[in-house]
Amino acid sequence: MQPFTTHTGNVAPLDRANVDTDQIIPKQFLKRIERTGFGQFLFFDWRFLPDGSPDPAFELNQPIRQGASILLARRNFGCGSSREHAPWALDDYGFRAVIAPTFADIFFNNCFQNGMLPVKLDEADVDELFRRAAAAEAAGHPYRLTVDLRACEVRDDAGFTRSFAVDPFRRHCLLEGLDNIGLSLKHVDRITAWEAAHGLAPLQGGAPLQGGAIA
Amino acid sequence: MPAPRTLLDKIWDDHLVCSPDGEQPLIYIDRHLVHEVTSAQAFEGLRVAGRRVRRPEATFATPDHNIPTTDRRLPIADPISKQQIDTLRANCREFGVRLFDLGDADQGIVHVIGPELGITQPGMTIVCGDSHTATHGALGALAFGIGTSEVEHVLATQTLRQSKPKSFEVRVEGDLHPGVTAKDLVLYLIGRLTTEGGTGYVIEYTGPCIRRLGMEERMTVCNMSIEAGARAGMIAPDQITFDYLRGRDLVPKDFERAVAQWATLPSDAGARYDRSETFFGGDVVPQVTWGTNPAQVVGIDATVPDPASMADSSDRSSASRALEYMGLESGTPIAAIPIDRVFIGSCTNSRIEDLRAAASVVRGHTVSARVRAMVVPGSGRVKRQAEAEGLDRVFTAAGFEWREAGCSMCLGMNPDTLAPGERCASTSNRNFEGRQGKGGRTHLVSPAMAAAAAVAGHFTDIRQWRYL
Repeated sequence: MQPFTTHTGNVAPLDRANVDTDQIIPKQFLKRIERTGFGQFLFFDWRFLPDGSPDPAFELNQPIRQGASILLARRNFGCGSSREHAPWALDDYGFRAVIAPTFADIFFNNCFQNGMLPVKLDEADVDELFRRAAAAEAAGHPYRLTVDLRACEVRDDAGFTRSFAVDPFRRHCLLEGLDNIGLSLKHVDRITAWEAAHGLAPLQGGAPLQGGAIA
Repeated sequence: MPAPRTLLDKIWDDHLVCSPDGEQPLIYIDRHLVHEVTSAQAFEGLRVAGRRVRRPEATFATPDHNIPTTDRRLPIADPISKQQIDTLRANCREFGVRLFDLGDADQGIVHVIGPELGITQPGMTIVCGDSHTATHGALGALAFGIGTSEVEHVLATQTLRQSKPKSFEVRVEGDLHPGVTAKDLVLYLIGRLTTEGGTGYVIEYTGPCIRRLGMEERMTVCNMSIEAGARAGMIAPDQITFDYLRGRDLVPKDFERAVAQWATLPSDAGARYDRSETFFGGDVVPQVTWGTNPAQVVGIDATVPDPASMADSSDRSSASRALEYMGLESGTPIAAIPIDRVFIGSCTNSRIEDLRAAASVVRGHTVSARVRAMVVPGSGRVKRQAEAEGLDRVFTAAGFEWREAGCSMCLGMNPDTLAPGERCASTSNRNFEGRQGKGGRTHLVSPAMAAAAAVAGHFTDIRQWRYL
């Protein structure tokens, strides 16, 4: 997994609450069996007009937001389905971090699995970032932020600095780009012990066990 | 004397494998349900890393999201869908996972077949790459949706990294009035809690109104917990649960011993929840969503709300946008809204009791000339039982299409979709923009309400329905 340490990039403000995962990646694109290539379908029904051309009214299609790598959104971002295709699409499109006041639980977890950082800031701070983004864009340039996972801080170059909270273990795994499964398998003795204590038959080497109920 | 524990506490404590310093805990997963849309990349990850499925016997797969609900002897027309389903089949064969495949008598929607086969049991931890895994909590399990990377982790280790969620008691006093169903109750609760009221929590539903619900009704309630933001929703097991499970295929051979153990699961008297709210069943009327998330819901006797009347500015802008998308005007009576399509199905409402309720509404009536209506039973078993009871003939005589089991129009990954602008009365669980088809307009209702709307051609109050 790619590590996330400190990232500085342009912000794309998406001034909508309750952005659900059906909008982030509509279901017709979930048929792929690869993890990659979803960026072209990100926000598909909002990004494109019925004739397939980009909708100039959609926030991410504004020229000033091309190349943005930090998404700024409102509360309950990523609600709805558990589809991990949602962070895959955001990541493949170019976003490394999403900043919002709140996130839906499953989407939030899925981000960490992919080296993407979801950052929760207070509503008042998110309001301030939207204001600063609007001011920067009105002055003709994208708004830039630094998301620093080492210091757990979001800052711009005009005096905005805010700390954010993140689970220490998840932070560690992101900073180091750790393989989650490999890390868990270090505890395989504990897993085997749990299984034995709960009356599960030992794993058979090689051939998988078949059939029947687990007591 | 140990401190009183909730159902969540008991299941959590029992499944904690280890909680190493500086790491998120690992919990053991008793049952892993798998379907075609969220598993391909997980199996591929195992393959690339040279890993096997640790507990194939704890893993059960079925295709449901992407399959046609028409003649399944024909090859799947869409090559990408076909590849995804072929991939599931190949993965299950390679990794030794039991697959209830197309053509198998017990294939169906994953959250319908789990309980009906006795795969789902009280006190278990159950996961699936699907957010409506919350359904299984109705049997007193801790069940929740996970993403594909977590699917891979469970396949490889039979565990999951989880921080213990907070507990939220949603207590429902009183009783539901005639004509008001579990679907109306859960829609009402979501309207009150909002789509993020449950975020960070596992909800335990308690109270006499909940206790009176049958098992399928409990599944409807738990199923939609995720729409209030709660990953999991649970109802403590009781005699209704034990009677439901008795005799099912995969329940423990020593069933009475299992029952004795399950009977210790309900929350202890005096157990503490992180949050508690009380509601009254008598306050609930038949519900209809008007907007583009499940919390944008009102009673059948209400009108489409006015965004200007909403206190929160973000609610106002969401509502305005939703009304525009849905093609609705404030003040329109819900019961006047005409519909084009009806979908009775989904993991929320496609079980035998749902079909019986819908059939009793349509019996002797005819689907309105302006409506195209479809019934999709939740599994092969439900379909066969419905046919044995003659329900299919009631539906087809009235003008409904009677389909094969699958997720179908809930999310329209298969050819069952809405055309742009089509308005649908749907017994499913999400009314997001484009959910059932780009530009499609979804209204969530109970099976009886959907059936009545099919006949009337518009939403109508089931409490005044003329049963023939």
